[in-house]
Amino acid sequence: MAEKKATREAYGKVLKELAAENKDLIVMDADLSGSTKSGEFAKVCPERFFNMGIAEQDLYGAAAGLALSGKTVCASTFSMFASGRAYEIIRNTIGYTGANVKVCATHAGITVGEDGASHQTFEDISLMRNIPGMVVVNPSDAVSAEILLKKVIAMKGPAYVRLGRAAVPVTYAEDADLEIGKGNLLRNGDDITVIATGIMVNEAIMAADELAKENIDVRIIDIHTIKPIDEEIIIKAAEETGAVVTAEEHSVIGGLGSAVAEVIVKNCPVKMAMVGQNDVFGESGKPDELKKKYHMTADDIVAAVKKLKK
Amino acid sequence: MKLKGEYGAGSAASKTKMELGELKKVANDIRIDIIKSVHAAGSGHPGGSLSAAEIMTALYFDVMNIDPQDPMMKGRDKFILSKGHANPALYAAMAERGYFDRNELLTLRKLGSRLQGHPNMHRLPGIEVSTGSLGQGLSVAVGMALANRLDDDPGRIYTLHGDGEIQEGMFWEAAMAAIHYKLDNITAIIDWNGLQIDGKNDDVMKVAPIADKLSGFGWNTFECDGNDIEDLIIAMNQAKNIKDRPTAIIAKTVKGKGVSYMENVAGWHGKAPDDELYEQAMKELGGEL
Repeated sequence: MAEKKATREAYGKVLKELAAENKDLIVMDADLSGSTKSGEFAKVCPERFFNMGIAEQDLYGAAAGLALSGKTVCASTFSMFASGRAYEIIRNTIGYTGANVKVCATHAGITVGEDGASHQTFEDISLMRNIPGMVVVNPSDAVSAEILLKKVIAMKGPAYVRLGRAAVPVTYAEDADLEIGKGNLLRNGDDITVIATGIMVNEAIMAADELAKENIDVRIIDIHTIKPIDEEIIIKAAEETGAVVTAEEHSVIGGLGSAVAEVIVKNCPVKMAMVGQNDVFGESGKPDELKKKYHMTADDIVAAVKKLKK
Repeated sequence: MKLKGEYGAGSAASKTKMELGELKKVANDIRIDIIKSVHAAGSGHPGGSLSAAEIMTALYFDVMNIDPQDPMMKGRDKFILSKGHANPALYAAMAERGYFDRNELLTLRKLGSRLQGHPNMHRLPGIEVSTGSLGQGLSVAVGMALANRLDDDPGRIYTLHGDGEIQEGMFWEAAMAAIHYKLDNITAIIDWNGLQIDGKNDDVMKVAPIADKLSGFGWNTFECDGNDIEDLIIAMNQAKNIKDRPTAIIAKTVKGKGVSYMENVAGWHGKAPDDELYEQAMKELGGEL
């Protein structure tokens, strides 16, 4: 049984590790440091941690101010409030200024669970990738989250990193070769490609195993960086397998599916299917129940593949 | 607290770097520059730029520790034009102070210009942060003030806000944060000209009493005649001595001040004068066409 760990735990771990060596690192939160795990940094380095209270617009405005003064800033809250409530501040005062702020937003998607619809963000990737210069990363497991977070923090400029509440299976090795902007070919295959991001990568792996029983050979690609997207790996997959299914814990409008479709339609049009939240609000429930009800599971990927291959 | 008669002339805070008469001339030159640049652009925001001419003079010609030849000077004071649309006043002050040649003011808002319609920090050295969307400047100031404290940087952060602008809730989030973090290295100036786009503040969305609101939050406040350079300088100097909390200067101004047909008229918030009105303004201000 694979080890399970939430990607937000990786965030807390990385911040704690970097606290001592990176003297310019500032961490900020909006009263959610226990949940986002930014509090792990506050425990070891309280003088460079700033809680701004339940005031997300001020959080990101102040983050910009610190960044423009030479700091590297990781500013966290739930993805709904980061990408939603503070959207315009991120767009105008972090995106447009190019400020070195990493918006590390947790509790994205349906797996936030019992908190329900007001807290289940399905639009954040769409919103954030529309900001010029914004790097958008959605790691699929705690190991890749750790590797990618360190790289995001080391690079200069704005980034949006999407992290989850629920514990998810670890799929990457600690020494995995991961680069911002480079998709990962997890499994080669000739019959069809599944391109997934975030928690849907693990679902894609399970779906591929299921489809292999029926001799359908699935290529699996982890697109952890939705922006800048790895066009090469996508085009190659479209050319070589002839059909693409995307899978994300996000709306089918404007997220990974759309980003992949933009590449495919311009370079190598093939039929596509998109697995994700189908333009409806969520509700309260256990993460696994909700994934099932809202059609974001391995079974849904299997069904999409079979339908496409008809 | 009201400034006149309380801290007044003769106190240490009233010492100025230039003669008062010279400072008044600078303010008038700034007014001429505002009208010239907005007229040349065919668009822009004269009303709220003219009301701030003395504020910009006080900051750029007396109070702020800045170097036009070294806009990134370590330890400098920083100015954030939170009411970004009033940048004709900022650009004018910067040009008069020597950040760039006065002739460049005529490129305001034109394609390719360093003088964008709302300030862009990457195009024009000396702009601390790009603004334009109201209500955000005080939060940025909070961040900069926190950074200065971490770095033992003596630089002070000055912000300028519109009175309509403080209808934005984010301003009050930042006001709360500045108190929580005891940011005594922030001076926020409110250009209280009483007008906004759709009319008087009192008719659109009441903001007064502004000083009461901010002191209710814990801020030190001064109220003064915002078109009186001496009063402004006294307030700004006094603010430097206040410990453990930020200062707000509620500067009562006249929107459109200096141009008779613009004074106290809401319609001149965001409109350029035509050739005829431009000539009249130049005559009133004593500027050359």
